[in-house]
Amino acid sequence: MSQFSEERLAKVKEIIARYPDGKQKSALLPVLHLAQEQFGWLSSETMDYVAGLLKIEPIEVYEVATFYSMYNLKPVGKYMFEVCQTGPCMVRGSEDIIEYIKQKLGIKVGETTPDGLFTLKTVECLGACGYAPMMQLGKHYREHLTKEKVDAIIEECRRNAAANN
Amino acid sequence: MGVKLLLDKAHVEGIRYYDVYRREGGYRSVEKALKMSPADIVEEVKKSGLRGRGGAGFPAGMKWSFIAKPEGVPRHLVCNADESEPGTFKDRYLMEFLPHLLIEGLIVASFALGSNATYIYIRGEYAWIPDILEQAINEAKANGWLGKNIQGSGFDCEIYVQRGAGAYICGEETALIESLEGKRGNPRIKPPFPAVKGVWDRPTVVNNVETLAAVVPVINMGGEEYSKIGVGKSTGTKLISACGNINKPGVYEIDMTISVEEFVYSDEYCGGIPNGKRLKACIPGGSSVPILPANLLFKTAKGEQRMMNYESLSDGGFATGSMMGSGGFIVLDEDQCVVKHTLTLARFYRHESCGQCSPCREGTGWMEKILKNIETGKGKMTDIDLLWDIQRKIEGNTICPLGDAAAWPVAAAIRHFRDEFEWHVNNPELCLT
Ligand SMILES: NC(=O)C1=CN([C@@H]2O[C@H](COP(=O)(O)OP(=O)(O)OC[C@H]3O[C@@H](n4cnc5c(N)ncnc54)[C@H](O)[C@@H]3O)[C@@H](O)[C@H]2O)C=CC1
Ligand SMILES: Cc1cc2nc3c(=O)[nH]c(=O)nc-3n(C[C@H](O)[C@H](O)[C@H](O)COP(=O)(O)O)c2cc1C
Ligand code: SF4
Ligand code: FES
Repeated sequence: MSQFSEERLAKVKEIIARYPDGKQKSALLPVLHLAQEQFGWLSSETMDYVAGLLKIEPIEVYEVATFYSMYNLKPVGKYMFEVCQTGPCMVRGSEDIIEYIKQKLGIKVGETTPDGLFTLKTVECLGACGYAPMMQLGKHYREHLTKEKVDAIIEECRRNAAANN
Repeated sequence: MGVKLLLDKAHVEGIRYYDVYRREGGYRSVEKALKMSPADIVEEVKKSGLRGRGGAGFPAGMKWSFIAKPEGVPRHLVCNADESEPGTFKDRYLMEFLPHLLIEGLIVASFALGSNATYIYIRGEYAWIPDILEQAINEAKANGWLGKNIQGSGFDCEIYVQRGAGAYICGEETALIESLEGKRGNPRIKPPFPAVKGVWDRPTVVNNVETLAAVVPVINMGGEEYSKIGVGKSTGTKLISACGNINKPGVYEIDMTISVEEFVYSDEYCGGIPNGKRLKACIPGGSSVPILPANLLFKTAKGEQRMMNYESLSDGGFATGSMMGSGGFIVLDEDQCVVKHTLTLARFYRHESCGQCSPCREGTGWMEKILKNIETGKGKMTDIDLLWDIQRKIEGNTICPLGDAAAWPVAAAIRHFRDEFEWHVNNPELCLT
């Protein structure tokens, strides 16, 4: 069931208190981030739950969830490789990195490996152009990518996944 | 070595933390400001000539003086940390390494504008930075610089960090405000400007991260002294994020009296082009400003040396000049294909259009498609003219400047590199598909 823990509910309250009375809708983006952290993606059930928490209509949540590129509207792999493909990264070799990841994981852009571990996505400029090529992996950036670095990152993810099982 | 006002302490060990920052002279501007009247602070910022560092270069003091003050209506300061213009990563650097400098500037600006609740809106992908900012906020609060009755002045202020969720358009100030209200990032029609009607319809000033950090040296030195640095209407220092085919990509603070050539070739800055290659072109102010070929980058059409400042970079208008923009400096060497680079930017703008205006929504898609055809050898000569036509029809016909931002790079690429577009049409077999 899509339900927040007590701790997360306290966080929601704290966020709502940042805005004037009656403007709790302002908490929508942060609360959707919290929901995605917990459930990995935003199902319609989750979105309805968030609407209830903020006392707004479900449509107001759907509108927002579909507008912003960081919200996942379907399940994604445990590790999502979001590789930047905009100009500054392109001139520093992002295309080769994307090709290499595709080959290495045996998936196309937008796909998830059959074991559910990896998803490959291309994204637009992430504000790391000086440290290109780069990708986002969870909360952090991996920069100055090389094939060797990609190998090491994949290994690291596999190890972490095994350790968490 | 040029003057450094923002990054002078960036390499001090532990400067991210309060104790070190304070020991190095941090929060002096707040002490000074709290003894002044808000109107006097605005006056100092006006005198400094400080221009908005988000890209538009609007004078900060003037914007502050425009904030409406209707009786009984709260006002807000919002810090624009959405930084998403390709080539731009300077605000990230400030927030990661000098979070207290931003918080210090925010406190002074909040006091000057009468904002008791100030928001930092940061792009969602910078997911680790809110922790850094919140730690700095908590430290500032624990030391009496935030919260109730700051340093016994009677002024209350809280700073909150809000994350976006992946949308370039939310850097446009009215889209940002919509997003902060929990909505899609659809820009509003201006006027009314946010200074009159902003978040929750209250008077709001939106300023860039770097602008707000620069308020600290303005107050410390006094506006008059600050205005003596630089040249003409380019006062103070500017952060430039340099990337692409250069030896030393990174964030540099310049005083605006150095030449573009020195910036590219000096070891203090970009350090030249790798592998002894020649510079082909440069986008000096973030992806939305016109690209310039090497000959127009270093010298203006009049043959004068081009300098790294607002006036000189835009000398010649769009025919032979460009813009300072957000300070995202993108260098392309002789091996790079301008058509292909422009295609990635066209794709970027198509992806980021909010979709409200048809010229922008449809036009960005068409431009991407035609560029893709030309780049892969499927284009016709008439496509180049069609591309020109489309960008002209977008420019000036949309609610917000994203439409212009999408049109300008395409226009400038055709203007200065038309032969490269024609080459693709004439040599389809040599185009990589
Ligand atoms: N830093 C980044 O990542 C990016 C920066 N940009 C830059 O943004 C620029 C466009 O920004 P806009 O906000 O649309 O420009 P603008 O010229 O409409 O406004 C600039 C600022 O001045 C204020 N202002 C202007 N006239 C005013 C008046 N009469 N009363 C009160 N306030 C007034 C506006 O509210 C705004 O804060 C572009 O030039 C581009 O360089 C664009 C994309 C990304
Ligand atoms: C499409 C678009 C994106 C923008 N993105 C940003 C941004 O990421 N950061 C920023 O400070 N200003 C951005 N701006 C400019 C803001 O609208 C506004 O001018 C700025 O935040 C004002 O701050 P300043 O006066 O301190 O520069 C953008 C403008 C447009 C049209
Ligand atoms: S110009 Fe583009 S991004 Fe701006 S409001 Fe219109 S459709 Fe949206
Ligand atoms: S272009 Fe890739 S991070 Fe900016």
